Amino acid sequence: MAKNDLQGTLDLLVLKTLSQMGELHGYGIAVHIQRASDELLNVEEGSLYPALHRMEQSGWITSEWALTETKRRAKYYRLSATGRKQLLESEESFDQLVKGVRAVLRYA
Amino acid sequence: MSLIRRISNLFSRSKVDTEIDAELQSHIDMRVEDNLAAGMPEDRARRDALVRFGNRAATKERVTGMDAALALDSIWTDIRFALRQLVKNPDFACTSIVVLALGIGSSVAIFAFVDAALIKPLPYRDSTRLVSVYETVPSCPLCNVSYQNYLDWKRSGLPFSSLEAWGWARYLINTPEGTEPARGARVSDGFFRTLGVTPILGRDFHSGEDLPGAPRTVLITYDAWQKRFSGNRAVVGQSVTLSNISYSIIGVLPRSFHFAPLGAADFWATLNDPSDCDKRRGCHGLFGLARLEDGASLRSAIAGLKEEASQLERQYPASNHGYSATATTLTDTVMGDIRPVLLVLLSGAFLLLLIACVNVSGLLLVRSEGRRRETAVRAYLGATSARLFRQFVTEALVLVMAGSALGLGSAYLAMKLLIKLVSADRMEGMPFLLTVGLNPQVLGFAGAVSLFAAVVFAVVPALRLSRGNLRGDLAEGSRGSAGNAWRRLGSRLIVLELATAVVLLVGAGLLGKSFYRLLHVDLGMQTDHLATLIAATPKSYEEGNKLNVLERLMVSQIGSLPGVQSVGISSHRPVRSWDGGVSLVVPGRPSNGGRNDVPERDVSAGYMATVGAKLLRGRYFTDEEDDDTKPRVIVVNQTLAQRFFPGEDPIGKHLAYEGSKTRIEIIGEVEDIKEGQLDSPNQAAIYVPFNQDSSRTFNLVVRTRQAEETVLPTLAAAVHRIDPSIATSDATTMTKMVNDSYSAYLHRSSAWLMGGFAGVALLLSVIGLYGITAYSVSQRTREIGVRMALGAQRSSVYRLVLKEAGWLIGVGMVGGLGCSVGAALLMRKLLFDTETWDASVLAGVTVVLTMSALLASYIPARRAASVNPVDALRAE
Repeated sequence: MAKNDLQGTLDLLVLKTLSQMGELHGYGIAVHIQRASDELLNVEEGSLYPALHRMEQSGWITSEWALTETKRRAKYYRLSATGRKQLLESEESFDQLVKGVRAVLRYA
Repeated sequence: MSLIRRISNLFSRSKVDTEIDAELQSHIDMRVEDNLAAGMPEDRARRDALVRFGNRAATKERVTGMDAALALDSIWTDIRFALRQLVKNPDFACTSIVVLALGIGSSVAIFAFVDAALIKPLPYRDSTRLVSVYETVPSCPLCNVSYQNYLDWKRSGLPFSSLEAWGWARYLINTPEGTEPARGARVSDGFFRTLGVTPILGRDFHSGEDLPGAPRTVLITYDAWQKRFSGNRAVVGQSVTLSNISYSIIGVLPRSFHFAPLGAADFWATLNDPSDCDKRRGCHGLFGLARLEDGASLRSAIAGLKEEASQLERQYPASNHGYSATATTLTDTVMGDIRPVLLVLLSGAFLLLLIACVNVSGLLLVRSEGRRRETAVRAYLGATSARLFRQFVTEALVLVMAGSALGLGSAYLAMKLLIKLVSADRMEGMPFLLTVGLNPQVLGFAGAVSLFAAVVFAVVPALRLSRGNLRGDLAEGSRGSAGNAWRRLGSRLIVLELATAVVLLVGAGLLGKSFYRLLHVDLGMQTDHLATLIAATPKSYEEGNKLNVLERLMVSQIGSLPGVQSVGISSHRPVRSWDGGVSLVVPGRPSNGGRNDVPERDVSAGYMATVGAKLLRGRYFTDEEDDDTKPRVIVVNQTLAQRFFPGEDPIGKHLAYEGSKTRIEIIGEVEDIKEGQLDSPNQAAIYVPFNQDSSRTFNLVVRTRQAEETVLPTLAAAVHRIDPSIATSDATTMTKMVNDSYSAYLHRSSAWLMGGFAGVALLLSVIGLYGITAYSVSQRTREIGVRMALGAQRSSVYRLVLKEAGWLIGVGMVGGLGCSVGAALLMRKLLFDTETWDASVLAGVTVVLTMSALLASYIPARRAASVNPVDALRAE
């Protein structure tokens, strides 16, 4: 049984974004997910920041304050080694979820 | 790694806090920038950024919650807030903490006793395999064992890995203060090995050391070692003189050793000095103790014993006719009487705990009602319901922790007090109670009880939350449906509380009535103005007619003491036990096959008159007849007369000891004297002239003209004037002896404790009822004002309030009475001469509870009726 839920999906999106983009701040992650999904997914800030902090507490990502291109101070997140492993697991588990849901939909 | 970060975050709270702020702010700023870049005007760009971000405070709170370190910190804030709330409401805080402490304290204290008596195993190796072995006849189902039968059992293939015998012994020991009686025991050689007890000093009895002719050796208890030999380690190998016979001390038993069936004994010798009784198969003077073989059950052991007993009965019909044998677990022997008492008391304590929890829940409800606005405001300011719930949990925990701490403290004091109330005599029979204390099991139990209370207290105000009509709560003075809903919940709590109080009151009433009945049971004696003393004579008195002479001397010497009206001497004390005694037959009448074992009491001529027995027919024997050279005569009790000679006049009829040809003439019949425990049914008994069958132990009974206590000290002195080598002990009054008897003790303790629980329960439930009625009245002040303004009379306001309370009382009473009839069935074993549905108790409880409950609701009703309608209408 694939362990998956909405929170797991948000985690997966964030981890994937960071693995593709390297270092990114919260706003950047939200914008990236929205663009990369062709505006289909809109990450709510109310969920994003608690998720980022939770993942940081779990040691999946690390953070650092740095300046943006417009010289604004922002908190940048980066994937850690554990995070990379977590990403692989999450992707696999998400694939299973999708397969499972598809199978159920096809069944009818 | 992350743990270290969490901990380090604890110390930099404000830094983390500003960081989260800055992070969220930078997000909004970047959105504004992008909006500007997309060509929005500045004010729209800013507004759009804020709208899209949503509730910033809530997000921040959730982010904060994710940082575990900060979560800890906010818990601390909650605790401080909870403490401030309690300090701000000292009435509420004190009431709930004290009520909780009462509930937790009483249940923990009683549980400690249950733990010591019923949960902890007896202090022997593998104690569940130990059994007590008895011989049994219809009149005495668990009776002493004959030594000769024991020896035969031991040789047969019973499923025991070992079988031992033990008996009481009473030694006289010479001390600097004079001759003293010392309690001792006689045991078979393997007794301590069977129990799994090893001496801490010296050695155990060797195998074969209990055979006649073996050197006389003795083990002493730790207490005796400390008291009599000042803990000198060189005591092993020394000799000690017990009843003029020298024994060598071979060892000291461990401090923790006790053997409850026997009670306290200083000297443990072997059976190597067979008494007259030990030599006769028909004399039953010992008890059996055995360890079950591996794989053997108690049932198979009982079956084996029965078969062996019937084998012996065929072999020795003269002595063993009608005797069988049985066994019970040693745990049952020791705890059998106290188990139902403790279980009933534990249930009582649980009910009290339930009432305490209900009471505090009610208080919390009232308080959460008063805090509706606070809750609503906090919810509007962004507190999630989980966050609000956490606040309630914290407050409940703070409350329960305070209550538990106080409860544990009082439980500790209660244990110490209750233990102190157990007299030294009683403690000998219940040595396991000495281990009562705050051990890990008891603390674990206290923790479980507190957790239960905490859950209840966290859930109750939260129920209010889930039903929350927050908008309504914000409006001043609003009376939403939520108010009514919680009032219904509160009413249910009160009904539950009243019903529980009824159950406890009925329980206490029944136990109280049993105790009253027990103390007023007909003893067949006039117990006032009676003083008693035990005088134990040395063995030298057995020669010739020395005992006879001593008895006459004692009666005349003590009888002439100032204040003494008459003196009696008996071989036994009353109100102790119906022992197996002697087996009787009616000469010339064919035996019906069964045995007639009746207790025999050897009494002096004046004994019956002295104790105030009621002579029904015939006469007492005279001083002249109290002589073993005269024809045998006896006085019988009423039960014996009815059993042996139903519908006939027993006077002039004859009885004989089974197997003896001597005919004994019945010369008198007395009303039954209670020889056994107060709650035991009367049995047949015979009273034989003291000097026709003399005993070396004199139980003196003295009828006094003045208060009996004043005579006690002169009695012992008078005995010592006759012969200083006679040991005296147990000087007490008959009234005290009866009141301190085992059955009276058990009934008294259970009645008092249950009465205490019931009293507290009554108080708590009445206070609870008062609280809810008063609150309900205060909520309805405006309604009452309107009614009165529209012409309602004060009497109808009374009716309004009392009707509501009356409903609660009625439902609570009926429910409680129903439950209590069921509960009483569970405690039937503890009741004496009292029905489980005793009408006077049920009626009494109904009256007491109804009166106090009506009084409790009358006070707020009066306040409601005295409301000035104008003030009430203007109030809100």
